Amino acid sequence: MKLADSLTAILILAICQIWLIADQSAAMQGINSAIRLMTPLLLACLAGLYSERAGVFDIGLEGKMLMAAFTAASVAFVTGSAWLGLIAGIAGAMAMSLVHGVASITFRGNQLISGVALNFLAAGLTVLIGQNAFSLGGRTPPLQGDARFQPITLPFAPELREVPLIGPLYSQLLSGHTILVYVALLAVPVTWWVLFRTRFGLRLRAVGENPASVDTAGISVTRLRFTAVMICGLLTGIAGAYLATGLSAGFVKDMTAGRGFIALAALIFAKWRPWQALFATFLFGLLEAIANLYPNLDLGLFTVPSQFMNALPYILTVIILAGFVGRAIPPRAGGEPYVKER
Amino acid sequence: MDKMPKWADVILTPLISLILAMGISALVILAIGESPWMALTTMVEGALGSSYGWGFTLYYATNFIFTGLAVMVAYHAALFNIGGEGQAAMGGLGVALVLLYLPLPHWALALPVAMLGAAAFGAAWAFIPAWLQAKRGSHIVITTIMFNFIAAAVLSYVLVNLLRPVGSMDPASARFPAETALPRLSELAASVGIAWGRNTPVNITFLVAVLACVLVWLLIWRTRLGYEIRALGKSERGAVYAGISPVRITIVAMLISGGLAGMMAINNVMGESGRLVLNAVEGAGFIGIAVALMGRNHPFGIFLAALLFGFLYQGGGELALWTSIPRELIVVIQALVILFTGALDNMVRMPLERLFLALRRNGGQAR
Repeated sequence: MKLADSLTAILILAICQIWLIADQSAAMQGINSAIRLMTPLLLACLAGLYSERAGVFDIGLEGKMLMAAFTAASVAFVTGSAWLGLIAGIAGAMAMSLVHGVASITFRGNQLISGVALNFLAAGLTVLIGQNAFSLGGRTPPLQGDARFQPITLPFAPELREVPLIGPLYSQLLSGHTILVYVALLAVPVTWWVLFRTRFGLRLRAVGENPASVDTAGISVTRLRFTAVMICGLLTGIAGAYLATGLSAGFVKDMTAGRGFIALAALIFAKWRPWQALFATFLFGLLEAIANLYPNLDLGLFTVPSQFMNALPYILTVIILAGFVGRAIPPRAGGEPYVKER
Repeated sequence: MDKMPKWADVILTPLISLILAMGISALVILAIGESPWMALTTMVEGALGSSYGWGFTLYYATNFIFTGLAVMVAYHAALFNIGGEGQAAMGGLGVALVLLYLPLPHWALALPVAMLGAAAFGAAWAFIPAWLQAKRGSHIVITTIMFNFIAAAVLSYVLVNLLRPVGSMDPASARFPAETALPRLSELAASVGIAWGRNTPVNITFLVAVLACVLVWLLIWRTRLGYEIRALGKSERGAVYAGISPVRITIVAMLISGGLAGMMAINNVMGESGRLVLNAVEGAGFIGIAVALMGRNHPFGIFLAALLFGFLYQGGGELALWTSIPRELIVVIQALVILFTGALDNMVRMPLERLFLALRRNGGQAR
């Protein structure tokens, strides 16, 4: 493990440890909420990982999540099924991904500008359609019952409750979340395996570093990049669906509230690697949970305002980007449209 | 040889992009069961049908000229500054501090001092991303995004904890001294006996914005620094070969860009609200991206594009007032304009280039 990775781990453990000593029940509640707040960040972060590892920058994660949250909440409300909502969420985000792919791969446009445009498109369309469909100022009606993903208890959670150390960790922190939280956690090893242990992953990483070499090997750069961008749509779709049907009960205007950008920050923080993405997003989730629980955190010597907590992910990312603590180097061909030589 | 004549590149491509964006917006309006024609007439009537409408249109346009110019200057150095939002917010803080804590007896004195404060704060906020890009190679797009969020947090902290008057509940600064209020264009018109634009916020900053367009044009195309900025933007290696320091030009271009974005604050903070409120920028920093792209990164184009977006903004407000179409329609149009003029540029350009090549070939045979 590199210095920066161990620092992240130490930071997480230190925060949790101090919190547990200071106020155990609040800490358990806070860490629990951190896991929930981490989930959309983690899914979006992994989504960005696929896209950017394939050489397609994506600052439109925010917009894709927002669109997915809206389509998921709308369909879940109309059908009363969270699962149909999830499918709609994925479809919504994938439609956005398709536009991004057409703009940045097919027409070799500027990937950053396309991302900016998609963020605005989602911000506008969701309210426009939402107001038209539900007349609630861009919100969907609150979701109830099966229209939301309900918490599930993991097997043996009640039985293991009394076991020291493992009991609280498993029964209280890990158990009792919605299924999408576990999907997100499972996506980490899956992503690692796909990227680093399969032929597809090797090609995907190669196309982000040196697309010409992949092309020379007779593999279609366009096709690979489109696949990566669509996987990005799939994962942001789950992230958005979780926001609207798991974390909260319905869609609210601009409900992603910068989470797509925090995920982007986490991606840089994690230096485009899946396990580190888990740590980074958990750290950012933890910071958000602390800011929510303690608007003005009194540390004895001084008070930390909640604004500082909210800005901390961005500040940490700038420090990482500055390269003072472990340099973050993006995939080499990132942001460059591939022009096949004629 | 160029594939198509310059006029086609400058006028035709943005025009076609705009028509495409408008066409898709019309389809969206149709899809939600409203009439696009009615929407358009409501917008034109509300934004351009009266001097009241024009007053607001020009007020919004003033904001967008500044943020558009900010994006443009950075763009010529091949830097994509999407931090205009944060830089304009910090510019607002600069204006507020200058007006609240410096004794300025008259607006004519307050204006240049406030402009300096706005530009200094905006430029300072652009400096760190610029320095990180120039010295450490951190991608400016990511750092400026991060700095937008950090600016929002800083501003929220300053307004809630420091600048908020005692006993006040809303997160806003105290009112600026009355003698520093900028004259509105309606007052100037009234002083020469013309009843124009009563109760509209457009103020003398509009004239400053027009002047800024001219100055930026001079800077980019008529000075040594502008030449160096463009040279760096075209080719970094070429610029180095010509003895231009990429570090210096990157930082200077971003300082100018941030300063221009910050200067927007003299319009919205000093000219309109007369105090610093939370989220005073209202997305104008991002609209600057659309304005710069639409205006083909030329001050005159930016002036026209800013007018267009001013019209869309005011018209969108009227639309929300009189119909059931929310003003987010404008965000959709803005997104489509950015998409077509920025990202799908080649989709419009390639068929056009083919058309002009074919025309030229036929023309050659006829002669």
